[in-house]
Amino acid sequence: MFVIGERINGMFTDIGNAIAARDKKPVQAMAEKQLTAGASALDINVGTRVPKADRPAVMKWLVEAVREVTDKCLSIDNPGLETMRQGVAEAAKGGLPVIINSTIGQQDQLEAFMALAKEFDAGIIGLSIDEKGVAASTDAKVEIGMRTIAAAMEAGVPVENVYLDPIVLPVNVNQTAPGIVIETISQLKMLSDPAPHVVVGLSNLSQGALERRLINRTFLVMAIAAGLDASIHDPLDDEMTDAMITAELLLNKTIYSDSFLKAYRQK
Amino acid sequence: MKMLEEARGKWVGSLNEVVIGATKQQGGTRTSTVTVGGEKTLPFLAYEGPTKNRPVVAMEIWDREPEDWPNSLMEALGDAVKSPAEWAKKCVEEFCAEMLCLHLMGTHPDFGNASPQSAAAVVKSVLAATGVPLIIWGCDHDETDNEVLPRCSEAAKGEKCLIGAVKEDNYKTLVSFCLADGHSLIGLSPIDINIAKQVNILVSEMGFPLDRMVMYPTTGALGYGLEYVYSIQERSRVAALGGDKMMSMPVICMVGQESWRTKEAKASAEEAAGWGDENTRGVFWEIATATALLQAGSDIMVMRHPAAMTAIKNVINKLVK
Repeated sequence: MFVIGERINGMFTDIGNAIAARDKKPVQAMAEKQLTAGASALDINVGTRVPKADRPAVMKWLVEAVREVTDKCLSIDNPGLETMRQGVAEAAKGGLPVIINSTIGQQDQLEAFMALAKEFDAGIIGLSIDEKGVAASTDAKVEIGMRTIAAAMEAGVPVENVYLDPIVLPVNVNQTAPGIVIETISQLKMLSDPAPHVVVGLSNLSQGALERRLINRTFLVMAIAAGLDASIHDPLDDEMTDAMITAELLLNKTIYSDSFLKAYRQK
Repeated sequence: MKMLEEARGKWVGSLNEVVIGATKQQGGTRTSTVTVGGEKTLPFLAYEGPTKNRPVVAMEIWDREPEDWPNSLMEALGDAVKSPAEWAKKCVEEFCAEMLCLHLMGTHPDFGNASPQSAAAVVKSVLAATGVPLIIWGCDHDETDNEVLPRCSEAAKGEKCLIGAVKEDNYKTLVSFCLADGHSLIGLSPIDINIAKQVNILVSEMGFPLDRMVMYPTTGALGYGLEYVYSIQERSRVAALGGDKMMSMPVICMVGQESWRTKEAKASAEEAAGWGDENTRGVFWEIATATALLQAGSDIMVMRHPAAMTAIKNVINKLVK
């Protein structure tokens, strides 16, 4: 599993305060903590407290801060193209890996973000959202997925760099949505050969619910069984990590050993 | 005519590189060193990538004269087998061995019960007689190995030997000594990929560096479980290339030991009329076993017959060319 650690996000109080004070230390400590816990990449989101006009500069500062402590992949999380460009350009310096998080499936957006992905040899997350909003059905999600892959091919972005996100919604708002996402994941994996990656922003599933961690990790296991190979979540949640490692083991994606939980964390 | 597209594997991982032997500059007395591992593709697929370090053959020598080795093998080795140092010298000078594997069979309680001190003296004599890197292998009797191998480790301190073997339920003593004396380690598992991984995890948990570990997944000769061994080694290589750091160790195969215990290699002409010339039968068995295991993904082949070793070196050179 390609785990993108979600914790460097201005929406969390600790990181939001650090950003407001331009204090690198809490950000860098969080980066290191997530990587030690096994994260393959780190999501970088300035949050909503930063005024829109300041976001490009703040994103640049935030990426610089994280890049001081890691060469690992950074996922630049922002809807606006200008802020995205600032973050991606900074993160990709020296040819280091970076992911664009994210584009929606509206044609003009797709073209602009795919061009950016091509320019920086970046990965790119394509959401199941278009001008009509979040696609609700499997068919609509898959249709946007197809459009995203077509746009990637058109722009010269390899399918291996594309991460399709079928969008999970809070289960306490729409209880049919999680099942639809599971069905969508298995269909997205069949869209091309090689298959695109499929990613979810997991925590949204349990927004406003009790038992958040249980809901998140149960869904993660179900989604892995359906073909999910990337997830944006909190890698510091040990029970979730254990469940994820075990799901991959049961699908024969890793070799069993009695200390298989430790083996993952020793990598 | 349109050619079919080459089916290329895409791998994210690679094997660890392990260096065996230390020259004077590196704190030892070896005149050469051997590097194994480092591969980024399945074996010998030149169109996917180069073989970073070609597999190496180590000649097996014993600390005592073997009693039940067949004539065809004993004749090729000659009287040198009476002295480990002479045997070592002959392997290097006459047979051009790049590495030696000293098997301390004479320390086994049922097979000489030689003392730890005398085993250490043998190690020193072999190191003094030759300049190639050395593998030191116990007698696979846990209690004895725990007494003998630490003394041998100390005796060879700084030479960066490869010492084995540790097992899932017997590893702590030898890991500590090899860590202190700068040697690399062989982890043994009984044809079981899950245990192979577990041994690696246990050893690395003691702070032993991954790039000083070699796996011995147990070898089976042609006709004696070779297919099973092949599939385990291949799966382990695929896991390593897929990025499993706990399976990324180079692999050692005891080809000579397993080949020469088969009845096809051992039987005399009288015992097995119609099985072909007894002088070449065993050599062919060792060559066939080694050739198959090379394709499965093997980095160190421990062999016994000089003609078989020469043949396998030629095979390796042709495959890597």
